[in-house]
Amino acid sequence: MMGKALGKIYIVLVVLFMYAPIMVLIALSFNASKSRVIWGGFTLKWYRTLFESSAIISAIGTTLLLALLSAAIACIIGLTASLGIYAMKKRDYKIMLFFTNIPLLNADIVTGIALMLWFVKFMPLGFSSVLVAHVTFNIPYVILCILPKLETMDIRQFEAARDLGATSFYAFVKILIPDLMPGIFAGFFMAFTMSMDDFVITYFTKGPGVNTLSTLIYGEIRKGIKPEMYALSSLLFFIVLIMLIIVNISARDNKDKSDLAAY
Amino acid sequence: MNKNRVQVLSIPYILWVIGFTVIPLIFVVAKAATNAEGDFTFEYLLAIFDPVHRKALLLSVCLAFISSVICVLISYPAALILKSAKFKDTKIIMFIMILPMWMNFILRILAIQLLISKNGVINHLLSVLHLGQIDIINTPIAIVIGMVYDYLPYMLLPVLNCVLAIPDDIIEAGKDLGAGKFHVLTKILIPLSLSGIGSGITMVFVPSMTEFVIANILGGGKIQLLGNIIEQEFSVSMNWNLGSGLSLTLMIFVLITTLLFGRNSANNRNFVL
Amino acid sequence: MKKKSVCMLLVLSMALCILPGCGTKSSDTLTVFNYGEYIEPEMLEKFTAETGIKVNYEEATTPEEMYTKYTAGAISYDLLCTSDYMIKRLIDEGQAQEVDFSSMENYGNIDEKFWTLSQSFDPGNKYALPYFWGTVGILYNTKKVSKPVDSWDVLFDGEYAGQIIMQDSMRDSFMVALKYLGYSLNTTDEAQIREAAELLKSQKADVASYLVDEARDEIVAENAVMGVVYSGEAYLGHDFNNDLEYVIPKEGSNLWIDSWIVTSKCKNTEAAKKFLDFLCREDVANANFEFIYYSTPNKAVVDNMDEELRANTAVVPTDESIKGCEVYEALDADTTSLYNNLWKEIKSE
Repeated sequence: MMGKALGKIYIVLVVLFMYAPIMVLIALSFNASKSRVIWGGFTLKWYRTLFESSAIISAIGTTLLLALLSAAIACIIGLTASLGIYAMKKRDYKIMLFFTNIPLLNADIVTGIALMLWFVKFMPLGFSSVLVAHVTFNIPYVILCILPKLETMDIRQFEAARDLGATSFYAFVKILIPDLMPGIFAGFFMAFTMSMDDFVITYFTKGPGVNTLSTLIYGEIRKGIKPEMYALSSLLFFIVLIMLIIVNISARDNKDKSDLAAY
Repeated sequence: MNKNRVQVLSIPYILWVIGFTVIPLIFVVAKAATNAEGDFTFEYLLAIFDPVHRKALLLSVCLAFISSVICVLISYPAALILKSAKFKDTKIIMFIMILPMWMNFILRILAIQLLISKNGVINHLLSVLHLGQIDIINTPIAIVIGMVYDYLPYMLLPVLNCVLAIPDDIIEAGKDLGAGKFHVLTKILIPLSLSGIGSGITMVFVPSMTEFVIANILGGGKIQLLGNIIEQEFSVSMNWNLGSGLSLTLMIFVLITTLLFGRNSANNRNFVL
Repeated sequence: MKKKSVCMLLVLSMALCILPGCGTKSSDTLTVFNYGEYIEPEMLEKFTAETGIKVNYEEATTPEEMYTKYTAGAISYDLLCTSDYMIKRLIDEGQAQEVDFSSMENYGNIDEKFWTLSQSFDPGNKYALPYFWGTVGILYNTKKVSKPVDSWDVLFDGEYAGQIIMQDSMRDSFMVALKYLGYSLNTTDEAQIREAAELLKSQKADVASYLVDEARDEIVAENAVMGVVYSGEAYLGHDFNNDLEYVIPKEGSNLWIDSWIVTSKCKNTEAAKKFLDFLCREDVANANFEFIYYSTPNKAVVDNMDEELRANTAVVPTDESIKGCEVYEALDADTTSLYNNLWKEIKSE
């Protein structure tokens, strides 16, 4: 019993460590003083002004659109790529994994500038160039989420379906996709998060007038970060938190819990 | 299943890799192997042996290593506890771990700075409790804290996945055969979760090696990691050749480490999640 | 067969994603490149409302970032606002267009003094229009520093060890040491530069941190008692913490001028000129000033400022206080690489 209690305390400490800075940011979003370091009393005005700032609103739009699109495209390419790589011979398989790892190994600034130098040769920098860049660094996360699932999966089901006369496309949609769903979902989520969080690569590949939240925040460092940003981050955080709670509750109702526990 | 036909599915990805990974990489290699006039040179590829760069590389390796180890030390017990608590819904845990990343990276690091700086939140709390003061801001310790904070999820997720996947039967069998708690840990649990720890170390080590923002903000600009130097070469000194040369060396170095820790990553079922 | 069509679909959808970026640019659009938070955003809307010229606005944090993005040639910027030495570099590389500023309606609003100062990087005032200016000095906490601060000496005498913030920018840090040693901040004499580097190395143990943007916040929070900052930061700092004072040391310092240039890639020079003229107009310049609080070269704005603000030397430096100040000149390649190497050594000490 003692051990159980200690264990719980340990987990609470780990979560506390991860969330202490977040709590600071949330506190700052209610801080009436514009300075990061002075407490000027409680206020809700930053939440109000947040919705009046067209720059922030359009940056939210760009950020979310970018994250959604890049994660979705990365998922499609990553899924087909995983299937293809899975079917490859050991040597090709390793070569593919090596190239998949490159965007993860490179320093962001190098990736960013190299992509910029390359884009300049054939396309104008703008939203689409950022999108391509994001898809590029998102695909590895998707593949690395799907491939392990593919390897633990029972491929015989798929083959059985084919033997029973299903077209491979039908078998793919009916058998493989549901089995891979947790991996695809995790990959999408990772990709979405990475895209939301990226600054360096976005900065070098974006065109004028395109701003994500990260580039907006970075531009503000020089003159002091606007408290609206704290409000926005807190808002985003709470939205996701609420989503999480809803998912949790519906998962609890779901009898197929073992399905989820599988990953 | 016809393997050759399935392989065709990876064509879009292969095209993408060639178009947006390989070609940009060739740009970097070309820059690294030439000087400002465009002549071939080894100067920048060997620049890592310059004392200043070597020192930065050593420090980077050192801090990245310490951060990875601390991440393992935090994650592994947590995974064991969650396993014994029969907490099966890892999706929720995943959410909890990734959720902080939805707050902007720069804002999070600034928040850590607020927590640990001289007049920071922690020191205020400590002085209220009459417990002395911490003075770690602008030291390597602060950078390690920042790295551990930022990359802990990358370690927690694979380790957790791996540990939870160990069948309880094996542990029971071990116990039945007379293994004590210690033996269960060293002979069963740890060997079976090595692949998860390996991928975790890779996932923490790699970004820690190339990181520069954390070192800038929490190290007060007094501590130079190789990532900082590369960033400086690109964005301040504008010596792209040297920057490319150094980042290529860094890449090779990181690659070696990845191979060391992720040797079995081809068979590793838990690379990320 | 099905798989192949799936492949085709994918390739097609990829192509579609790339295409929408290729929109054509209409001629009455200006692409403007500026520092972050360096214009009152409403002024951009106002300009479009008044002239019908759309503004495509992009921001950067450092002159070097701007240079990288500009010279990569991906975006053809029409107007660019950056710092003196980078302006010089761009002019030298033929990236700026000559503009006849005197034909602008609001030309007279810019104080004669700044045209003279700009000569150091733009001889003949053919390219650069002064936008904001200021100095570099010491921001210190009067509660913690009892002795009068009027010299760079206070950063080097060791009395405030561990409580000093230096600029995390090569040129600015060397400037402090060079000026303290009595040399010109544009010196190309290797011995002088090395002497300055030695001084900075020995000072490192006393430095709490090297920061750029966060320096002001750290001093406001009293995590440090003094720091080297830009004059604009000093005014904002004073706003948060009344105990903070700003001083330009008697040995002299750097005087910086951020200016606008019309790039050589700009096709619509008339529109660009209209934009610059607009920025010089008193109401616009004043709105920008009240947004940024750096020193403005616009004398119409200074003349109408309230007394208290005009008396603040951080906002309106007196001729007396900037007597020993110099404007940065672009350094030659050898000196630049010497600077780079020495700075790296200092930082990795």
